[in-house]
Amino acid sequence: MPETQDTIASPRPVSAGAADAAAGASSPAVEFRSIEIAYGKFVAVRDFSLSIRKGSFVTLLGPSGCGKTTILRSIAGLVDISGGQIMIGGQRVDDVPIYKRNIGLVFQSYALFPHKTVFDNVAFGLKYRNVPKPEIARKVSQALAMVRLPGSEKKLPSQLSGGQQQRIALARAIVFEPQVLLLDEPLSALDANMREEMRVEIKKIQKETGITAIFVTHDQEEALSMSDRIVVMNAGSAEQVGTPEEVYETPATAFVADFLGKANMLAGTVGKPGAAAAITLAAGQAVNVASAARLAPGSKVTVVVRPQKLSTGAAASGNKLSGRVVSTSYLGGSAIYEIDIGGGVTIRANMPISGRVFREGEAIEVGFDPSDSILLDEGGRRIS
Amino acid sequence: MTARKEEGRWAWRLTGFVTLCVYIFMFAPILATVILSFNASMFGGFPMTGFSLQWYAKLMNNDAVLSAFRTSLWIALVTAAITTAIGVVTAFALVRFEFPGKQALSTLVILPALVPETILGVGLLVLIKAADQPRTMLLLVLGHIMLAVPYVVLIAQARMVGIRRVYEEAALSLGASRFASFREITLPLLIPAVVGGALLAFTISFDNTSASLFWRPAGVETMPTQILSMLKISISPEINALGTVMILVTVGIPLLGGLILQSLTRLKRRGEPKEETT
Repeated sequence: MPETQDTIASPRPVSAGAADAAAGASSPAVEFRSIEIAYGKFVAVRDFSLSIRKGSFVTLLGPSGCGKTTILRSIAGLVDISGGQIMIGGQRVDDVPIYKRNIGLVFQSYALFPHKTVFDNVAFGLKYRNVPKPEIARKVSQALAMVRLPGSEKKLPSQLSGGQQQRIALARAIVFEPQVLLLDEPLSALDANMREEMRVEIKKIQKETGITAIFVTHDQEEALSMSDRIVVMNAGSAEQVGTPEEVYETPATAFVADFLGKANMLAGTVGKPGAAAAITLAAGQAVNVASAARLAPGSKVTVVVRPQKLSTGAAASGNKLSGRVVSTSYLGGSAIYEIDIGGGVTIRANMPISGRVFREGEAIEVGFDPSDSILLDEGGRRIS
Repeated sequence: MTARKEEGRWAWRLTGFVTLCVYIFMFAPILATVILSFNASMFGGFPMTGFSLQWYAKLMNNDAVLSAFRTSLWIALVTAAITTAIGVVTAFALVRFEFPGKQALSTLVILPALVPETILGVGLLVLIKAADQPRTMLLLVLGHIMLAVPYVVLIAQARMVGIRRVYEEAALSLGASRFASFREITLPLLIPAVVGGALLAFTISFDNTSASLFWRPAGVETMPTQILSMLKISISPEINALGTVMILVTVGIPLLGGLILQSLTRLKRRGEPKEETT
C-alpha cells in the first residue's frame, strides 16, 4: 500500500535528516511515528502511526479505554510517550512542554476558569503570547462573534448554560490560532439537542478557520457526521483509518463492523468459490456474496450485512433469508426487527415500512444484494 | 393516629430539651466570664454587686497584659502567614504529584496534631538544649508553626482535591507555565482554604498555652501564659475582663473571616457538568 496521508503508516526506520528536510509547508499537521504509551506494565497505546493533513478533521473513534483520549493527550503533552515520535507541523515535540506546544484544547467538562470572566478566559492564551492589549480585545470579540456569543465578555462561566460554556471553551482554544485543535469528547456533557447543534457549529468553525482538528469520541454518529477521516481504535491500536463512508461501508475488521452500526455477523463456510461465492451459513441457509479474492472451499468466513441493507417483500432481491420475527421496534418511518433465522442465530433488520408492520412471531423473508455485504476471514479481517 | 402525634410531640420536646442542655453546658462558662467581667465587686463571683467597666480600665493600664497581648498578636500573625504558605504548597504537592514516600509524608505532616502538645513542648525544648541554642522568639514562632501546619494542610488538601485538574491543564495548554497556572488558576480557587487556614493558624497560635510555657524566652509572656501567671496570685475580676477580650479576638476573627469568605465564594460556580468517564 503506498503511503498516503491520513493512513496508517507501517512502522519503518525513520531517517531523521529526511524528516527534518521535509518539514515545511508540505509536512503533515500532526504525525505519529509508531508511538507507544505505557503506564507501568499497562500499554495504553501500541505502535500507533498516523499522519494528519493540514486543515483536516480527523476523529479518533473507539470504546472506553481504547486509548483514543490518551493519544489526544499525548499531542497536547499531557501524557508522555514511551516510544516513537510525535511531530507537530514537522517539528518533533517529544521534549516540548505543554505550554510551549501551540495547541488548542477543548475538554469534555469545558474547564472554563470559574473565577474569570468570559473575556479573561478567552484572552488567557493571548495574554501568554504577549499580544498587545487592544489586539487582545479585538481578537476576543471576534472569537466570541464566531461562536455566536458576542457581548458575553463580562459574564462568569457560572452564568452560562452548558452549551454556551462549551462555545466559550471553543473560542478560548482557537482565538490564538493554534496549529492543532484538540477536542476531547466536547459534546458528551451536553444534552441531546444541544449536542446536535454544537456538532454542526464545531464543524462549521473548523471549516471557516481551516484549523486542523483532532476529535475524540465514542459516538459513531458524531464521528460519521463530522469527520474527513475516522480512525477506529481498539485496545490501544488503530483498527482502520478511512473516510466515514469507507469505514462504514467496508469495515476492515469484525470490530469495526460491529462498533460502527452494529452489523449482522453471520458465520458460514465457503461452498463453491467464484465471483459470487456460495456460502452456507451456520444458521443453515445459503447465500451468495461478491468476493474479489478466490476463496478456498471449506474455509470459515463471516458474512457482514448492515441492518439497513436488508429489505423485505418485493424489494428483497438477491440473497433470501427466511425466519420469524422475535421483536419489533416501530420507529414511525421504519421499523427494527429482530429475526430468528434458525440455528440460534438472530439478525437485525432496519427497514422502511412498506405496507404493513410485521408482528412478533410472524414469518418473514428478508433479502440483501450480494454486493451489499462483505466477507471477513477467520481472523476477523476483511477479504478484499 | 393521635397517639402517634402525641409521641412525635414528646420526641420533639425531648430533643429541644437536650439541645438546650448541651448549649447551656457549652456556653455557660463563657457567659459567666463575660458577665462577671462587668461585675463591680472585688471578688470574681456571683451574685453581682453592680455594673462596672473598672476591670477593663485596669487592664488597659496593666503594662504586663498589654505587652503580652502585643506579643501574642505578633506571634499569631507571623505564624498564620508562614503556616498558610507552607500548608498550601504542601497540600498542592500531596494532591497533584505522585512521588515515592507520598503516603508516609502525608501521614507525617499531620502527626504533630496527634502528638500531645506537652510532649511536643518538651521535645522541642530538649532538642534546643541539645543543640545548645537559647530560647528565642524565633523558637516560639517555629513551635507554633509546627503546631498549626497539620490543620492548614488538612484544610487546603480538602479544597485542593475538589479543584479539578482540567483547570490547570487548560491553563498549561493555553501557554501558562506551571508556576503561572498555579498563581492564576489554582491559588485563586484555593482562596477559601487559604483564608480558613490562616484564621485557624492564627487562633491556634493565639490560644496556645501549654507548649508556649515551654518555649517562650525568659521574661516573655503570651496572653495565655500571662493569664496563668495572674491566676497564681489571685482570681481577680481583671482575669474575667482579659478572658472576655480573648474570646472576642479568637471568636471575632474567625467570624469576620467567615463573612469575607462568604462574599468571596458568592462567585461560586454552579451547573458544572458531570464528568463522564471514558
